[in-house]
Amino acid sequence: MKVGIVVFPGSNCDHDAWYAVSENLHQTAQFIWHDSRSLGDVDAVILPGGFSYGDYLRCGAIAKFSPVMRAIKEFALVGGLVLGICNGFQVLTETGLLPGALVRNDTLKFVCRTVRLEIATSNSPFTSQAQRGQILRIPVAHGEGYYIADDRTLDQLESEDRVALRYIDNPNGSMRHIAGILNEQRNIMGMMPHPERASDPLLGATDGLYILKSLVDSPVLVSAHS
Amino acid sequence: MSAITPDVVAAHQLTPSEYEKILKLLGCEPTITELGIFSVMWSEHCSYKSTRIHLKKLPTESKYVLQGPGENAGIIDIGDGIAIAFKIESHNHPSFIEPFQGAATGVGGILRDIFTMGARPIAVMDSLRFGRLDDPETGERNAHILEGVVSGIAHYGNCFGVPTVGGECVFEESYSGNPLVNVFALGVFRHDEIFYGKATGVGNPVIYVGAKTGRDGIHGASMASAEFTEQSKQKRPNVQVGDPFMEKLLLEACLEAMKTGAIVGIQDMGAAGLTSSSCEMGSRAGTGVEIDLSLVPQREAGMTAYEMMLSESQERMLLVAERGREQEIFNVFKKWGLDAVAIGVVTNDGMLRVKHNGEVVAEIPNSALADEAPRYDRPHTMPLRTAPLNGPDPHSDNLTADLKKLLASGDVCSKRWIWEQYDYQVRTNTLAGPGSDAAVVRIKGTGTSVAMALDGNGRYCALDPREGTKLIVAECCRNLSTVGALPIATTNNLNFGNPERPEIMAQIVASVEGLAEACKFFEVPVTGGNVSLYNETLGTPIDPSPVVGIVGTLPTASPVGIGFRKPGRTIIVIGGLGDPDCHEFGGTQYAKVVQDLIWGCPPRLDMEYEKRVQETIRELVRDGGVESAHDISDGGLAVAIAECSFGDQNVGARIIIDSNLTPELLLFHEGPSRIVVSTTNPQKVFDLARAKGVQAVEIGVTLEARVTIRNRDRILIDASVHELKNAWDNALEHLLRDPVLVPDA
Repeated sequence: MKVGIVVFPGSNCDHDAWYAVSENLHQTAQFIWHDSRSLGDVDAVILPGGFSYGDYLRCGAIAKFSPVMRAIKEFALVGGLVLGICNGFQVLTETGLLPGALVRNDTLKFVCRTVRLEIATSNSPFTSQAQRGQILRIPVAHGEGYYIADDRTLDQLESEDRVALRYIDNPNGSMRHIAGILNEQRNIMGMMPHPERASDPLLGATDGLYILKSLVDSPVLVSAHS
Repeated sequence: MSAITPDVVAAHQLTPSEYEKILKLLGCEPTITELGIFSVMWSEHCSYKSTRIHLKKLPTESKYVLQGPGENAGIIDIGDGIAIAFKIESHNHPSFIEPFQGAATGVGGILRDIFTMGARPIAVMDSLRFGRLDDPETGERNAHILEGVVSGIAHYGNCFGVPTVGGECVFEESYSGNPLVNVFALGVFRHDEIFYGKATGVGNPVIYVGAKTGRDGIHGASMASAEFTEQSKQKRPNVQVGDPFMEKLLLEACLEAMKTGAIVGIQDMGAAGLTSSSCEMGSRAGTGVEIDLSLVPQREAGMTAYEMMLSESQERMLLVAERGREQEIFNVFKKWGLDAVAIGVVTNDGMLRVKHNGEVVAEIPNSALADEAPRYDRPHTMPLRTAPLNGPDPHSDNLTADLKKLLASGDVCSKRWIWEQYDYQVRTNTLAGPGSDAAVVRIKGTGTSVAMALDGNGRYCALDPREGTKLIVAECCRNLSTVGALPIATTNNLNFGNPERPEIMAQIVASVEGLAEACKFFEVPVTGGNVSLYNETLGTPIDPSPVVGIVGTLPTASPVGIGFRKPGRTIIVIGGLGDPDCHEFGGTQYAKVVQDLIWGCPPRLDMEYEKRVQETIRELVRDGGVESAHDISDGGLAVAIAECSFGDQNVGARIIIDSNLTPELLLFHEGPSRIVVSTTNPQKVFDLARAKGVQAVEIGVTLEARVTIRNRDRILIDASVHELKNAWDNALEHLLRDPVLVPDA
């Protein structure tokens, strides 16, 4: 699979995602610069972590206006696979591709810590290789990972089996312990934890591979084209 | 043009004799801009005028050193055509005035020192010293400073995308009015990617890149060279404001511009901004630099030449390009949305010439600023010392309670509350992060990892600056060896009081000489560093606080950690149990926390023996001879055993010792050259130790959930791992929230 990794000014987990996809999973990974109007011929897109545009105004708020986001929207709307990690999740909610918002952690502090996550559904291209109820250990590193949405949205996410990941030890106050969600068509996932940081045996953590392997092994339904 | 009166000279922190020297060098009265330029370049911070003659004693060369002191950072060779650049810098004074921005811009400054040489920063560490949190009068303020400093470091490093992988944090009364914030950064590059801060090539354009210049931070360098008074709190505009996003863009743009091959030399604008970058680049190359301030991108209107030359606005760089290839550089910076403007040219007359609005406002020989700066052999007597020589024999009724009290004390307790606010994993290279004896970061694409540690000990140095400094170097090298790394080179941050006081100058001289002796002995030459003097508030100096950062290398592999991994393993102390007397106990954490005293002298160090202990542990770790390893330092053997029990596995220890030492000394003395290991293969440990001529004492076995320590048939310590870990793990949060509620055990 060919995975495009978007680089905004201020992205800083772009290279980590690239390394996990190409070195740990032996797939093709390529960077996509933020002012690009096309995604090239990729089969999936990762929006990596970092501080796009400095996260000024609000996390992900400026990134949503970048040219590449229009191309990503079009790609996603026809079923292309999009994974947003950390800041990428924030960009996806700001863009409206995923519901809800991510606000300041309830502790009001940045937190970097390995947390336990429960796979809440394996019915997605991002979690298919894990079992529902399985526990993964994956690090978080964010100051604004507190997932909020109105009750109706939360109920809907749950009733439609769109909560993909839940915190067992919630590090940020997220409503209903939500760590990752899917869109209605299940081709977009946003998650705060960093699977690319748990994809290398040398780092003593490989649970992130359940997510990334699910992604790169899933059947390609739609490819972008230049 | 203002007349230069003695008051104006004094306001620039220049002495009358220094002013005389300026008059002689210029042959006429300086303009106010020239006076400002001299004042920053001749400040203690930039010129090292009080320490330069002593710093010459430091060893600076080895087969690994590619660049020693004098550049923006030191560089060492780590094989395979790869090099690393690293350095430490202080931001003590700004962090007291405005903790968040002071610390944040400290990180920003040291990162620029690294990437200006062409290296991509891959790790940061911080050495922090604050006043005590449990002090009834100053505790709240000290907590406020700590919280500001930590969030400032987190803000800058996390956004920039560099992991903060380790450091130290200490609380002592002497830092109450003068916290220490020393930031270390390390970057990696190939040998052919190294850039220097040299303005070579007469006629080449001088290009300004990065953030615009504003009025912030004017006279930061001379502020950092003056003692604090009540008025210092009014100096807030002197503290710069950092923008880590801008710095991230600057990093990427600089590294990309360097790849064009059009850059001849480059230097960041740190202390004294445009002034230091332009005159130092000219001075290193033996050229002149002429700049026109009217061309400098400015954040506010109506800035004078004086203000622009002294501004310390952050995230700016000065570079010299090959003539005719400017456009290649402009294109890169345009891509990243940054200003890049040619503001001057390299000349052959050796002068720093500054024009503004068509007028020459300063014209000074570069050599006068950089090489002719005053150098003082300041008088030094006996090092300041207030502690008595003798202290009471420690006597405890409840050693387990003492251990818990130590584990919950500020210096010994877990610093998790601090380092969880730092992204210590970004770039996915961190094999051993915060809480390890030394941090280990792999270099992708090679089989090599880099280990690094920061160490200081103001208590030891207050008792004996020379021996204290040697102990610090020994401990730092031991920390590296404990993770299997060969120590290679050193950077240092010398934090002291007012050098114009002979008893403080004596501390500095003794400490530098101790540093020189130990760095020579352990073959870890000094490749650079920083001196921070005048760390006094209202006449009270800080404890002498040299901080060393040592880096080393090891083959990339899964790290051997501190924590015991499985029950039933043999526990051995490599180096032996030590043989201290009561004099050597007065600088320990036990004396501080339990006895609330300081006396005597620091622990005795036998450097020959220390070196052999380090060789032993290095080989054992690399050959898989041990399952865990932890060096014995603050809090002694008992604290080390407890910390080994705090791994993920809830494995404690049953220790049985046969020693003539009193229980207090046995458990809590801090004699160096000792490492606790657990192993499945004790014979291998004994054999290697014997071959190296070091003691290896079997002291017990790992077991689940409990820590007991006996000397012969007397039980000294008996506690569950859980209760010990609780005391240790949550103490800092308790201390910050409500210092009076900290369990007295």
